[in-house]
Amino acid sequence: MTTTPVAETPPAVPAVRQPSRTRLVLKRLRPSRFVVNLVLGAIALFWLVPSLSMMIISFRPAGLFEVSGWWKVFTAPSQLTFQNYRELFTGGSSTALGGGVPSGLAPGSVLDALRTSLEISIPATILVTAISSLAAYSIVFGRWRGRNAVFLTIVGLMVVPLQVALIPVAALYKDMGSVTGWNPFGTITGVVIFHVAFGLPFGVFLMRNFFIGLPTALIEAGRIDGAGEWTLFRRVVIPLGIAAAASLAIFQFIWVWNDLLVALVFLGGDPHVPLTLFLYDQERTLAANFWIISTGSMVSIVVPLIVFLAFQRHFVRGMLAGAVK
Amino acid sequence: MLLAIVVWPTIATIRYSFYNGTATKAVGLSNYKSLFSTADTLIAFRNNVIWVLVFPFVVTVIGLVFAVLSERIRWATAFKTVIFLPIVFSVTASSLVFTQIFQLDPHVGVMNAIVQTVEDWFNPPGAYPLSAGQSVASLATSGVVAGPHGTLDASAAVRAGGTTRMGLTGVNPDTLTVLGARPARMPTPSAGAVTGLVWRDFSLSNPSNVSGVYPDEDGFPNLQVSLLASNGSTVATTTTDAFGRFRFSNVGAGAFRVQIQASNFKPGFSGTFWLGPQSLTPTSSLGQTAQALLSIPLIDISMILAYLWIWAGFTMVVVAAGLAALDREALEAAHVDGATEWQTFRRVTIPMLAPVLTVVFVTMVINVLKIFDIVVNLGIDSSQPGGQSSTLASDVYYLGFGGGVHTGLASALAVMLFVLVVPAMLFNLKRISGK
Repeated sequence: MTTTPVAETPPAVPAVRQPSRTRLVLKRLRPSRFVVNLVLGAIALFWLVPSLSMMIISFRPAGLFEVSGWWKVFTAPSQLTFQNYRELFTGGSSTALGGGVPSGLAPGSVLDALRTSLEISIPATILVTAISSLAAYSIVFGRWRGRNAVFLTIVGLMVVPLQVALIPVAALYKDMGSVTGWNPFGTITGVVIFHVAFGLPFGVFLMRNFFIGLPTALIEAGRIDGAGEWTLFRRVVIPLGIAAAASLAIFQFIWVWNDLLVALVFLGGDPHVPLTLFLYDQERTLAANFWIISTGSMVSIVVPLIVFLAFQRHFVRGMLAGAVK
Repeated sequence: MLLAIVVWPTIATIRYSFYNGTATKAVGLSNYKSLFSTADTLIAFRNNVIWVLVFPFVVTVIGLVFAVLSERIRWATAFKTVIFLPIVFSVTASSLVFTQIFQLDPHVGVMNAIVQTVEDWFNPPGAYPLSAGQSVASLATSGVVAGPHGTLDASAAVRAGGTTRMGLTGVNPDTLTVLGARPARMPTPSAGAVTGLVWRDFSLSNPSNVSGVYPDEDGFPNLQVSLLASNGSTVATTTTDAFGRFRFSNVGAGAFRVQIQASNFKPGFSGTFWLGPQSLTPTSSLGQTAQALLSIPLIDISMILAYLWIWAGFTMVVVAAGLAALDREALEAAHVDGATEWQTFRRVTIPMLAPVLTVVFVTMVINVLKIFDIVVNLGIDSSQPGGQSSTLASDVYYLGFGGGVHTGLASALAVMLFVLVVPAMLFNLKRISGK
């Protein structure tokens, strides 16, 4: 028997691998906290430019719009003025404006648009929130057959483009006019009804997702104790679901406030139009006045901005509910 | 109510789509046939394809990057608020902001102002930029003829000791004022040198007299002029003074010709028409249908940029919520195992986020399929049916309600929209009923 030289056994545990060159380079290249801060800071500034420019234009004399860029205001802050706002709300003499730009604006038309926007948004929001809560309660805690099928149908309806319904509903409204004498076409009520119908699927979906997380035992206990459905809804479900309802309401409010298409179809050509349609019309008038458009835009974003800043968390929750749940 | 306003109308629309323009007569499939055969609707389809291919992907990526990066800063809440804010504004108002940003005139529109600054830095315009449609030759008035490659040549040759006069018109007096022009003055001839004058050859006191130099005529300062030898080679170059005079010393023997360089008249950047229909793909040689299908108008890209500004906050917030819900231990484990930042992101974070990213992506696909507000507000004319930025949704509106009404065609388009949304609907149903 010959003894073979014992081959060097490889180490049982592989040696700790030296970090490769590229990895070292990568590590060095890893963006430092400073760079990330800088980049995101630049992005945030960049993101502010459009809003900022709109704001500055609305505070500069109308005549200057065509002459120089809004950024010139940084070297000439004395340009800033409230003239445009005064002019927009009073619709007074056009000569008050620098450059004497004729406004061609009916006095008070912005206030009227502001009021119309509220008249559409508030009822649509209340109705969607109330009906959705009731429907979701029934779907989650009710005891009828086919609840799940109804829910899935509603989920399916969530993505139906509202363009699909515009033509028949407009015809339906007009037919109602000729049969009953009351024509919802061209009325705020008609717009509200349409918004409510298209707001419901998402509303029911959101409220149902919230209610399904509530303990069923709570409702059962209430039922055994002899509480009616209405009492249960009012006394048990509403206090627990108020946060979800708030999310839905705020989301719905901003959605309706910002709508253009529905208003355009059902109120186009009407003297009372919401702010979005007011801006749309202004852009299409001959020799569109950008000072009216920018100042009007500022007016139109004030309400949703206040709502958003006041209820930021609710709004974001409402948005997330649709996307992640 | 859902039945009356959502379900029944959908069915009614399908029925209308088989009827004629006034919904009085059944026409079978002819609406659908014209949908796929007329250039107008093909353009709308093409624009929807551009939107769907570009926007959801880009906005999801931006949202992901913002969400991941903002985890590393202390002021993440402020950052997210700034990015998110545009969602709260109506698309109408935001579109109007962008009409202003995309203004053609670089003095008014930010976008063109930025391009102009960069462009002029690398490629400065001449002291006497031509205005649109103006040619260099049209400036020549007395003693000057158009030379090759946009130059102006003195019409007569000159020898050492001689003087050349070149009269130009068609230049804005403001340009001369800005350059500090003084009344034109004839140079004093000197031996061995070629001297000369370039001036604005138009006198208000003697409007009919061309080629004479009058006190109310200004010299052209700061003009680049060259001295050419008889074989055409450049012997010397110089610049005119405030009176429009120039002088080439010690030129030697022979006949020379004075030339005003083309660079003096190079026009500056005058603005890109961001909201214009010009195509980014070369399709001008193609037939009408092929053009409708293949061109990518610049306005689409500009609109997508504006829409990114509006929606990046949404994708960012949703992805950030997904990130917050991630299993931190998996990320920690990857770090402990020596994965680099990028590897962790690619191999751990993205796969774990995949469900959220898909939802965001699908939501954005549904959103842009129905794209309407920004299209009608940023492209007032080009959103009309057949316009370069029209989409299915804008066509439904215009054909259904705004001038040139054709109920059947509008309904058929609406049905197409509905059909396109069905996959997303099934996706939602599957996701929700799976839980």
